[in-house]
Amino acid sequence: MSAVRPGAVVVAWTPDAFGEIALAHGVHEATLRGRDLMVVNATKGDSLVDPAYAGSEAMSSLTDTLAASGLAHEVRQQVGLDVAEVVLELAREVDARLVVVGLRRRTPVGKLIMGSVAQRVILDSSCPVLAVRPGETPS
Amino acid sequence: MGDLDLLWGGLQAAATPENLMYAAIGVLLGTFVGVLPGIGPAMAVALLLPVTFGLEPTSAFIMFAGIYYGGMYGGSTTSILLNTPGESASVMTAIEGNKMAKAGRASQALATAAIGSFVAGTIGTLLVAFFAPKLAGIAVEIGAPSYFAVMVLALVMTTAVLGASPLRGFIALFVGLTVGLIGQDLNTGQPRLSLGLPQLIDRIDIVVVAVGIFALGEAFWVAAHLRRTPLQIIPVGQPWMGRDDWRRSWKPWLRGTALGFPFGAIPAGGAEIPTFLSYVTERKLSRRGDEFGHGAIEGVAGPEAANNASAAGMFVPMLALGLPVTATASVMLAALQGYGIQPGPQLMTEQSDLVWTLLASLLIGNTLLLVLNLPLAPLWARLLRIPRPQLYAGILFFACLGAYATNLDAFDIGLLLAFGLLGLTMRRFGLPVLPLILGVILGPLMESKFREALALSGGDYSGLLSEPLAVVVYVLIALLLGVAALRTRLVPVRADAPDPDRSDDELVSR
Repeated sequence: MSAVRPGAVVVAWTPDAFGEIALAHGVHEATLRGRDLMVVNATKGDSLVDPAYAGSEAMSSLTDTLAASGLAHEVRQQVGLDVAEVVLELAREVDARLVVVGLRRRTPVGKLIMGSVAQRVILDSSCPVLAVRPGETPS
Repeated sequence: MGDLDLLWGGLQAAATPENLMYAAIGVLLGTFVGVLPGIGPAMAVALLLPVTFGLEPTSAFIMFAGIYYGGMYGGSTTSILLNTPGESASVMTAIEGNKMAKAGRASQALATAAIGSFVAGTIGTLLVAFFAPKLAGIAVEIGAPSYFAVMVLALVMTTAVLGASPLRGFIALFVGLTVGLIGQDLNTGQPRLSLGLPQLIDRIDIVVVAVGIFALGEAFWVAAHLRRTPLQIIPVGQPWMGRDDWRRSWKPWLRGTALGFPFGAIPAGGAEIPTFLSYVTERKLSRRGDEFGHGAIEGVAGPEAANNASAAGMFVPMLALGLPVTATASVMLAALQGYGIQPGPQLMTEQSDLVWTLLASLLIGNTLLLVLNLPLAPLWARLLRIPRPQLYAGILFFACLGAYATNLDAFDIGLLLAFGLLGLTMRRFGLPVLPLILGVILGPLMESKFREALALSGGDYSGLLSEPLAVVVYVLIALLLGVAALRTRLVPVRADAPDPDRSDDELVSR
């Protein structure tokens, strides 16, 4: 059972500038639309250290930010086969109205080799996706 | 001071640009594999064996020595930043080192580990240069019965006394000895355990065994546990030490060296005991005993020095007696044999150029480690982000290439796979790898000494006790086994005994 009501805004979050801007937009959108907020942080778990997977410090600062927003929210951390798949699966689960992702700058070669989580989410999502870059703060 | 002259000569021979390059490659590669948990210097040397057959023996050994020392050093980085010891000898470093890092003193922990390693490695190498020729001088005098007894001592020590479980140790040892039996009997020419396969009559190549157990075994293990929650790494800047850190570190460095070297040098080395002893000593001697457990710098400096001193001490039995006591030494010995050089007491006299150049290159490698690694620490920390699938795909590729290159026969790839599965099984059931590798390498050597002793006495088994040294060694073995039995009786099963399903360092021996 999820703590958020169906139709929530899902934010694909990482403990860096990209996650931060996605979260800011996610909070903004959820407040505007009167929806709950679902924050997901996922990793493939195939390397010993993944900077995109939040540690306890980053998690507690995330919790503080969410508490300050006053929204009903839930945070999930997950290890899965594919990060984009984890995000999309969660979006289906909560019947998401919007998915927010942070866009990384990737070279074509980098995209070819490593793939892009944001790209996969945008292409495969069944609901609207908001793709944001650092610097594009919500008004 | 003839030895110092020889060492100086070795230093000149080692200091060619080409050899310096191999030393640098070795040090970098060693640190690389040391940083990544699960991959140790033994695996790196085994993977490189086929590649180095085209090189001069001296260059190859300079590189191996660099890998060995680099591996020792790399392990400490992982221990400190990640609390995951890269190899078994770094377990003690992890205790205080990680606490220091969590308290924001990662730079100081890394620095004391690096400088302590340098100090201990340098003193240790000088001690090797001092002791190895003396020991070899004595060793050429001893006969087959005593030599056999010393080898039994080395095997019993590594198997029953050092390991966590003597039963598991002996299982691994006998598997290894059995593998060592496969092939043609050197005395009579009869094929043994060859299953009628012509490839097996020719004896199994040690490269295939080592690569199979270390590389494939580890790769299978990782494949079976591919996805895990990532660990939290502590970000680190440039390592440096304040005046207070120096003051608190230099005594533990020297004490650790004094503890580590003898344990590495006796033909039953292993860095686990001296690092543990060093940790306990420092905790007792420290005036700030209450800091232990919360990140005391002494608890990093001492064990890390002990670790490297014992790594250096290992060269004494290896060079003077031809007795390897660690997994890496075993693989290096196999490399010597690959060059057609017979390891043993004669090595010091017959191949003195090689030996002295090797010792000199250890000194150089040690200095390079310090110079390269202090500034590179943040880079090494980034290595931990390499995704496992890509990393192990590379390892598997080199493993198969190496196994195939030994005989250019696809049969060896099958053999490699078999040993890889054996390695996985051993890992699953918590069997130590070192006794197995020692068994494979020392088995044939022991057999030839055994038969030699029996031939001298006309087949009478009392011939094995015909030398006083042999008798002394057997008494020593009996005593050690008694102590080990007492220890297990008195000390109840350790609560922190490694769980084979979870432990990361089970397969990683030096």
